[in-house]
Formats: sequence, C-alpha cells, structure tokens
Amino acid sequence: MSTTDTRTLRVYRFKRGDGAEHFDEFEVPVGPRMSILDALRWIQLHRDPSLALRHSCLHASCGTCGVQVDGREELACVSAVRDHGETITVEPLANLPILTDLVVDVGEFFARFPEHPIIRASEADGYVRLEDCIECGLCLSACPVAATSRHYVGPAALVAAQRLLEEPRGADREDVLAWADRPEAAWGCHLGFECARACPAEAIPAERIMALRRELAR
Amino acid sequence: MSAAPGPVRHKGRGPAVSGWVAPRGRALGGRSFALHRITGIALVIYLYVHLGVLSMLLIGESAWGDFLSVVTAKGFLAFDVVLIFGLLFHALNGIRVALVGSGYLVRHQRALFWVATAIGTPLLVYAAIHVFGGA
Repeated sequence: MSTTDTRTLRVYRFKRGDGAEHFDEFEVPVGPRMSILDALRWIQLHRDPSLALRHSCLHASCGTCGVQVDGREELACVSAVRDHGETITVEPLANLPILTDLVVDVGEFFARFPEHPIIRASEADGYVRLEDCIECGLCLSACPVAATSRHYVGPAALVAAQRLLEEPRGADREDVLAWADRPEAAWGCHLGFECARACPAEAIPAERIMALRRELAR
Repeated sequence: MSAAPGPVRHKGRGPAVSGWVAPRGRALGGRSFALHRITGIALVIYLYVHLGVLSMLLIGESAWGDFLSVVTAKGFLAFDVVLIFGLLFHALNGIRVALVGSGYLVRHQRALFWVATAIGTPLLVYAAIHVFGGA
C-alpha cells in the first residue's frame, strides 16, 4: 500500500439538537502504518473539526479510544487501516448512551461495577487498576446479552467482582458474592464469548465470569 | 442540569433484540449463541404447533389422515430435517454451554463447538436418510 492510497471512512455522526443519527463519508489518504485513530484525526484536522472522538495514550493502554470498526470492537489507536477494506465503517461502542459522534457515556459503564472498594483504605487517594482489564468497555459493546438487557452489568464489572474475590483488599467477600449472585450479574451471562474475542488486553472475561460462578456455586 | 441520555446503538438493525443475532463482527461464540437462541425459540414454537396439530385427532380419523398425507410428502419432510437440525444443535450446543457454564473447558469452548459439530453432522445425515428413506 503506497502513501497515496485512499480509503473511505463511513463515520457515525450524532450531535444533540442537530438532526438524526447518520453516517458521513470521508476519503482519507492512508500510509502503511496508519491506524484508524490516525485516520479519524486526519478527518478532524483536514475535513471536519466537529468530529468528536476520545483518545489518550495512543498505545492500547488507556482504553479510551474504543469504537466499532466494521462491526467489531477495537481500540482505534492500534487498529490498522490496512487490515480493513476499501470502505471502513466506524461507529461508537454499542450498548452505551452516545454523547456525541464516537463518544459514549462511560459513566454508565462504570456505574455497573460493584460498589465496593477496589483499593485499600490507605490507598483511598490513589487509583489502582485491576490487572489486565483496561476498562475500555469493548466487552460490554460486544456482549449480545447487553443488547437487550440494560440492567445486565456486563463482562468487565463481573471480572472486577471476580478479582475482588481473588484479592479482596478490604472488600467484604460476602457482599461481593451477593452482588454477583443475581440474574443481571453472574447468572446473566449466556456464554456468547464475544467479550473474550473483543478484549484487547486478553483478560478473557468469560473465563473470569465462569470462575465467579464456581465461587457462587460452592 | 444534566443532558438527556443520547441514543444507544445496538448491533443489528431495528429492535434491540436484533443484537442477539446480528452476524457482523461476530466470532464463533457469538454465532453459536445466536443459533442457540433461534433454535430454542423455534423449538418452543414448534412444541405449541405440535400440540395444536395433535388436537386434530379430536376432529376425527379422516382429518388426521388428510393431515398425514400432507406432512409425509417429500417436500414437507425437508422441514423434519430442519427440525432435527434444530434439535441436534440445541442439544449438543446445550451440552457445550452447560460444560463451559459450569467452569469446565472454558478456554476450549471453540474446540467443544467443533466436537459437537463432528457428533451432530453424521447424526443429521443419518436422520435425513432415514426421514426420506421412510417416505
């Protein structure tokens, strides 16, 4: 692929009070190492500065640039344009409210997590990530159960609960089990395994959810 | 004042339930999930249709005989093969789901799918031969 190649990006658009949802198409010149995020930023710089997207680290660590590319959840910063076809459709993550264009309300994603301390009291001013999971929300977008159940907490929250059981760090184990032992929590998973496919951190959420179920079944 | 929630996109087109079966971007697990739901719903519908059809026995022997002449036609027997496919898929994938859902062989769920397929395919072929051979 030479640097003069172009690809057509079909980008989902939504602005509050500015008409219905729709797709805009942009011809984007692409280079051999161009990522989907690079292409979207090129559109921002050269075609439409009103295009809204979220990104930060540019190396698949922060999990903020998650989008659907041709229907698959990917981190735009590490999704290569060359891995896709002539026309590439970019949409926001599914199953979360859209704020604007490609930006979803991640507040709803984090609101699904168990309401327990995930850090020790002595670390209350800091923030400790769960190992592996980068909390990008791709698994929730990919999950077919979440398509019809807004109350289903989703894979990432269940992974967080399972990690709490492995390493409670001050959390009440019984509370975590009670939180997980609900139809909209551990028992809501119907084993579509799309979370395992979508997870960019290879956390294999489905495996964690089954481990959580084993804990509940003891 | 907080803004009203924006639209929520789902995979698929139309109602949110299309997100179960939308094929775009799905992997093997998602496709088997979709087919499991489709076959499950179809089997429940079939159960009620079957019970309704059996009620024809209450009408009399001639009505039942007329019905049998329709459903034993070769063209109609294809539906039997589709039904057997649905039964086999739902049963064998159900075993896979039960195993994995109990925490066994979670990392091998794809291999389990192909094992179920390897078991189900010859059974379906045998059943189809039997269905059409007995026509």
